[in-house]
Amino acid sequence: MENHPENLVQIKPSTASSKPKLTLAEARERLSSATGKRYWRSLEELVDEPGFEELLENEFPAGAIEYQNSGVSRRNFLKLMGGSMALAGLTACTRQPDEPIVPYVRQPEDLIPGIPKFFATTMPFPTGAMPLVVRSNEFRPTKIEGNPQHPVSHGATDVFAQASLLDLYDPDRSQNSSYRGEPRNWSDFHAAVDQYKVKAAASGGAGLRFLTETVISPTLAWQIQTVLKKFPSAKWYQWDPVNRGPARAASQTLFGQYAEPLYKFDAANVVLSMDSEFLSGAQFPGFVRYSHDFVARRKLANDQPMNRLYVVESFHTTTGALADNRLPMRASDIPAFAAALLSMLGGGGSGSQGFTDEQQKFLQALAKDLKANAGASIVVPGEQQSAELHVLAAQINQALGNIGKTVVYTDPYELVPSDQDAGMRELIADMKAGKVDMLAIVEGNPVFNAPVDLDFEGSLDKVGASVHLSSYRNETTRAAQWHLHGTHYLETWSDARAYDGTCSLVQPLIAPLYGGHSAHELIALFSDTPEMTPYEAVTTYWRQNGKASGDFDANFRKWLHDDIIPNTTSATRTPSPRGGAPAIKPLDKNAIEVVFRPDPSIYDGRYANNAWLQECPKPVIRLEWDNAAMMSLNTAANHGFNQEDIIQITVDGRTLEAPVMVVYGMPDNSITLHLGYGREFAGRVGNGYGFNAYGIRGSKSPIVATAEKLDKTEDTYKLAIVQNFTLIDAKASDPNTQSRSVQGSEALRRDIIRVASLDEYKKDPHFAHGELYNEDPGYEQTLYPNYDYSRGYQWGMAVDMNSCVGCNACVIACQAENNSPVVGKEQVKIGRDMKWLRIDAYFTGDLHNPRAFFQPMFCQHCENAPCEPVCPVGATTHSPEGLNVMVYNRCVGTRYCLNNCPYKVRRFNFMLFADYETPSLKPMRNPDVTVRSRGVMEKCTYCVQRINAARIQAEVEEVQMQQSDPNAKRVIKDGEVLTACQQACPTEALVFGNVNDPNSKVTKIKTQPRNYGVLSDINTRPRTTYIANVVNPNMEIGDRTGAPGKSYINPAGAES
Amino acid sequence: MATRGLTDLPPSRRGYLVDPPVIAPGHTFASVTEKIMRTVLTGRTPLGWIGGLLIAFGIVNILMIAMGYLFWKGVGIWGITVPVGWGFAIVNFVWWIGIGHAGTLISAILLLLKQSWRTSINRSAEAMTLFAVMCAGMFPLLHTGRPWLAAYWLFPLPLTMGVWPQFRSPLIWDVFAVSTYFTVSLLFWFTGLIPDLGTLRDNAKHRITRVIYGVLAMGWRGSARHWARYETAYLLLAGLSTPLVLSVHTVVSWDFAISVLPGWHTTIFPPYFVAGAIYSGFAMVLTLLIPIRAAYGMKDFITLRHLQNMSKVMLATGLIVAYGYFMEAFISWYSGNRFEMYMFKNRATGPMGYFYWMLITCNIALPQLMWLRRVRSSAIALWFMSIIVNSGMWLERFVIVVTSLHRDFLPSSWGTYKATRWDYAVYVGTLGFFTTAFLLFIRMLPMISIFEVRALLPQARINPLLQENKQ
Repeated sequence: MENHPENLVQIKPSTASSKPKLTLAEARERLSSATGKRYWRSLEELVDEPGFEELLENEFPAGAIEYQNSGVSRRNFLKLMGGSMALAGLTACTRQPDEPIVPYVRQPEDLIPGIPKFFATTMPFPTGAMPLVVRSNEFRPTKIEGNPQHPVSHGATDVFAQASLLDLYDPDRSQNSSYRGEPRNWSDFHAAVDQYKVKAAASGGAGLRFLTETVISPTLAWQIQTVLKKFPSAKWYQWDPVNRGPARAASQTLFGQYAEPLYKFDAANVVLSMDSEFLSGAQFPGFVRYSHDFVARRKLANDQPMNRLYVVESFHTTTGALADNRLPMRASDIPAFAAALLSMLGGGGSGSQGFTDEQQKFLQALAKDLKANAGASIVVPGEQQSAELHVLAAQINQALGNIGKTVVYTDPYELVPSDQDAGMRELIADMKAGKVDMLAIVEGNPVFNAPVDLDFEGSLDKVGASVHLSSYRNETTRAAQWHLHGTHYLETWSDARAYDGTCSLVQPLIAPLYGGHSAHELIALFSDTPEMTPYEAVTTYWRQNGKASGDFDANFRKWLHDDIIPNTTSATRTPSPRGGAPAIKPLDKNAIEVVFRPDPSIYDGRYANNAWLQECPKPVIRLEWDNAAMMSLNTAANHGFNQEDIIQITVDGRTLEAPVMVVYGMPDNSITLHLGYGREFAGRVGNGYGFNAYGIRGSKSPIVATAEKLDKTEDTYKLAIVQNFTLIDAKASDPNTQSRSVQGSEALRRDIIRVASLDEYKKDPHFAHGELYNEDPGYEQTLYPNYDYSRGYQWGMAVDMNSCVGCNACVIACQAENNSPVVGKEQVKIGRDMKWLRIDAYFTGDLHNPRAFFQPMFCQHCENAPCEPVCPVGATTHSPEGLNVMVYNRCVGTRYCLNNCPYKVRRFNFMLFADYETPSLKPMRNPDVTVRSRGVMEKCTYCVQRINAARIQAEVEEVQMQQSDPNAKRVIKDGEVLTACQQACPTEALVFGNVNDPNSKVTKIKTQPRNYGVLSDINTRPRTTYIANVVNPNMEIGDRTGAPGKSYINPAGAES
Repeated sequence: MATRGLTDLPPSRRGYLVDPPVIAPGHTFASVTEKIMRTVLTGRTPLGWIGGLLIAFGIVNILMIAMGYLFWKGVGIWGITVPVGWGFAIVNFVWWIGIGHAGTLISAILLLLKQSWRTSINRSAEAMTLFAVMCAGMFPLLHTGRPWLAAYWLFPLPLTMGVWPQFRSPLIWDVFAVSTYFTVSLLFWFTGLIPDLGTLRDNAKHRITRVIYGVLAMGWRGSARHWARYETAYLLLAGLSTPLVLSVHTVVSWDFAISVLPGWHTTIFPPYFVAGAIYSGFAMVLTLLIPIRAAYGMKDFITLRHLQNMSKVMLATGLIVAYGYFMEAFISWYSGNRFEMYMFKNRATGPMGYFYWMLITCNIALPQLMWLRRVRSSAIALWFMSIIVNSGMWLERFVIVVTSLHRDFLPSSWGTYKATRWDYAVYVGTLGFFTTAFLLFIRMLPMISIFEVRALLPQARINPLLQENKQ
């Protein structure tokens, strides 16, 4: 952190040599503090000032006035004009630009231009911190990676961490503070708080309320508690619309204390997920680590047996897609299911009456399997599920003896766990009662996302003073009196706890772009040390609380470097659950439930203005830019709804209009709504997209509500779905027919997806080849001799289809690394998505409960690339290391390569998609990757810039080594080049490396018998190969892959 | 004899059964010259011509606006997308190139085959070829992402960069094929014009007209030596053009056949594209000449005989095209290749299937009516038939380009294609350009070769080259 832009010399524009008594800036400043009548009075006072005339003279030079007064003769006019014309040309030589320019007059120490530096930091997130290593090019953060040394991430990240880079540079970020819309600065607010503190001291801060998001920063919690000690009557509430209330309530019921269940997926043979999304993204605490652990048991590369995943869920999540056996079930029926399961496992609970035969069969087989794996199984309840289900899940785990083995309990990662729903109710009641004279809202957006029936916005009017600290001017900013512009986590000091309690430091990589202030500074204002900076707060806290011996400063540097503060992981507790199974009130079978879920792309709405995330296809459903009322085929058909019809959903008397989207594999009579859309004040990117599900989300039923009625309107709304799923073999309106996705069936028929069950794989490890499949022409079957790659490197990639959880982290990582533009909803809708990497989803089997396969698809770098010979100008060629390279400068844009690419991975700049205008986005770009202009084709490069960086490093080291040993060789070692997608992947599904090296990881993977090339039978010889799927279904329930004809699985179900 | 029994029929039906003459009886050298020349050298421009030109030129302005906006914004204003990277532009390119085939075929191949009926229509057919190739030539440039570079990077210029085009790409072959074709067609057309330009020069009243035609006539005096040289040159050019007729559309078909895409990657494409080109070219000649012969009173020179002969050529080439369609379907089944099979299934029954069936109707089903003498003998029926065939041939290119692309190998990338208003604007704009150019041609140059038609008269049967050898 020693090098900051402050160290750079800034050349400011030259100023006038003789300073007038009054400068324009002073005059402006004086006027800026005045409003209304005072403004005009100040202006008059200013005119009377002695320096004013001089100022005016300087601003409007005397000569000009003379000409104005005396009238202009033709002769003078021509003289003047001629002179100014001549001078107009000269100004460029004599004046400095108005904006500060920043050259290196003296180069900062240890900075080599073009060589990036990496800093460890941490992204705070409501479900736990994400430890990061951030690349900094000339002090500009340009890429976010996971911290490989941290056990939480193993170097991987999730979509939100990847995309948070764009938030930093977002031009719509709030750039100044204000009071009731008038510009103010921090010191004004400081003064206001000082006044308030004097007033509040008498009452002990009885009217003081803090409303924060879930606090996972120990320093911030300590600061708030310090303030609360000073003002004992003040209160602190935490609010996140997607909070862990049910899990916390369940632990209170079970243990009488807050406890956090942690799962050891690497130790589990059987996993049951009940509406949980532990493989679906950061909305589940510990997702990155959990998916890594879970997938470790599915790689079939080690001697650990493959695990089996049962999923009972009310939506089709990526977790469900990976399930070996999956049962769609309404969210409100799942607790009853869990109760029935508990009773089968002998732990009390209600019986299995009321379930269909199919569900009974599933229950029995599941119970049998769980019993057989008692102590080596896990039952995971969903975060978006009731407290009863969390209680039942814990009781099932207890009955199976899993607790202490595969499920352990620790203290929660929140510093102060609380019932946030109750807290919000209490706060709003106080606000309405006029008890609150100062409400400090620290980040978050409660006006938008608080329970709608409580009317947060209306209650805000009854608050004496409301303050909102936020990076954006959002809905809450509009309603609050004070707006303080906040900071991004890359701009400030802080700390944060990961889901397992491990603390990491947040260190800034850049000074606040717009001079914002962080939550630490806001809280400090209320304390006795109002001037305490975030750095001081963090160091003060850890000086007192750090559990390391020795010199604090040395320790602190080490913690910063490692991104881990040692001995902070939450201690394991061994609480024993108490009480019986909770009573379950199942919902009427015919009632339609509405389930609210955080959005996989914009979470609770906080990323609504993040264009990368908005344009990131949501996993499984592949919708971009919007949310929708998602329902099953049958539900839509029974109500007569078509895709994209706008319907009215009425919940508790409130109505939401949203378009219908059919999602395969959803339970009937259930509608899922993603939260966070329908923003009005998100910014230029997020405004006006989607529908505000918070508008019908009351405090009584924040997770599952009952739809009173559904009405179809005449209107339709176009959705941008990047993969056309609407092709169905059978008539969708008939619930009795098995509908199949044409694309899924074709993917199996064309050998794009190759799959076998575990038993079949054991019998025949070579199942992905053989007579079922069209085999590739042999490598030697060619008229021309093959290129000799033996001398150098030969790059290749392997994608493990079994490991991909479809989380999209690679997609955003690729976009950030390669400066891929965002094109907007209209362009996406017509198929002009510009992302180089996409995760294709194929649905196979009956669409009422299909199996979804994820296939990351990007340039395959074919050895016989069809794109290469058709380019008339040779803009796409083959490199001596086997890469299919694109020469942007040479491309004239005939698009023949795109047409001839069987994988359709080429992306064309149909218009000027790259943003060359917005100044704040310029420093974000990766300087090693060209920003592509209009009319140019582009595609995945295998991150050639990273290969070249590693090559340069290796060559430099080779030269150094050769000084002592002339024969020394230094080659690029395996693992030195990580592509952006590979680095981001939580499950190591993508492996890149030198296929010439027999010991490289990629070669080892590619020599597995399951390795196959997609469409390689047309002799493209792709360098990216895929490792065929092996699924492990419980055949007592049956398999849902439904591969027609030739699949290993389900040969009895062979059809057309 | 053909005239036997003619009197048994009512007069209205007699026309169907006799072969009409190539030139109406009763003409002299002077009357032929006078009639054709008058359309050019008259001071009174027909109002219909002015109206037509205004409309056509208005449409050219649409083209200009569409091109201006295209250069300003990029090809994204069109409906092309991923996976359908080529759309209207390439469809129109192939369509116009196809139309451009009839001219050279009529002038060169029919000349070599001594089909003297060609003389009344070759001039306008060649003009049509040139204008159609001009229209076609716009599209490859317009459709590129960076036309300001494509305009010269596609040519093998010895630039300082030392970078050459990629000669393996069929798009480069296209550049050569089309530019050669245009050059030779232009030379051929101009050479054929020279004697008539001399006639115009000699008969022009106005001094400026006389100078212009005089310069263009290149000192033509009509001496025996001139004629001998002229005819040798003309024959040589005819010989040179003949292979081009086959090569251009063969190369254009390679644009598709070289690829790996099912629906494009087909060896039948070259012959089937050439036949299709001749098919649409003759259709376009009919579309143009039927109204013109009525408007300008040229029925004496462009007789029913010409229309009938052209409809027979269309019938023949149409059947070749039909064979092509059939073989495409057959081979996609016979190959057993799942991509090919799916391609054909999708082409016929997929979301764009109705284009395929429209194409079959326009190109195969309806043109069979031309087997009927009654249809062949009716100018109006033939004119409608020509419009149907032109539409059918446009649809054929659309089906090949778009439906093959929209669902190819990887099902995840299947998409759709929807042309935008700018696609239509450019297409309609080139139709306007074509019409404008053709209208200017018929006003400024003799639309029928005067000296060749004179040679058709019975009085002229001394020229062994142009001898009427039929009767």
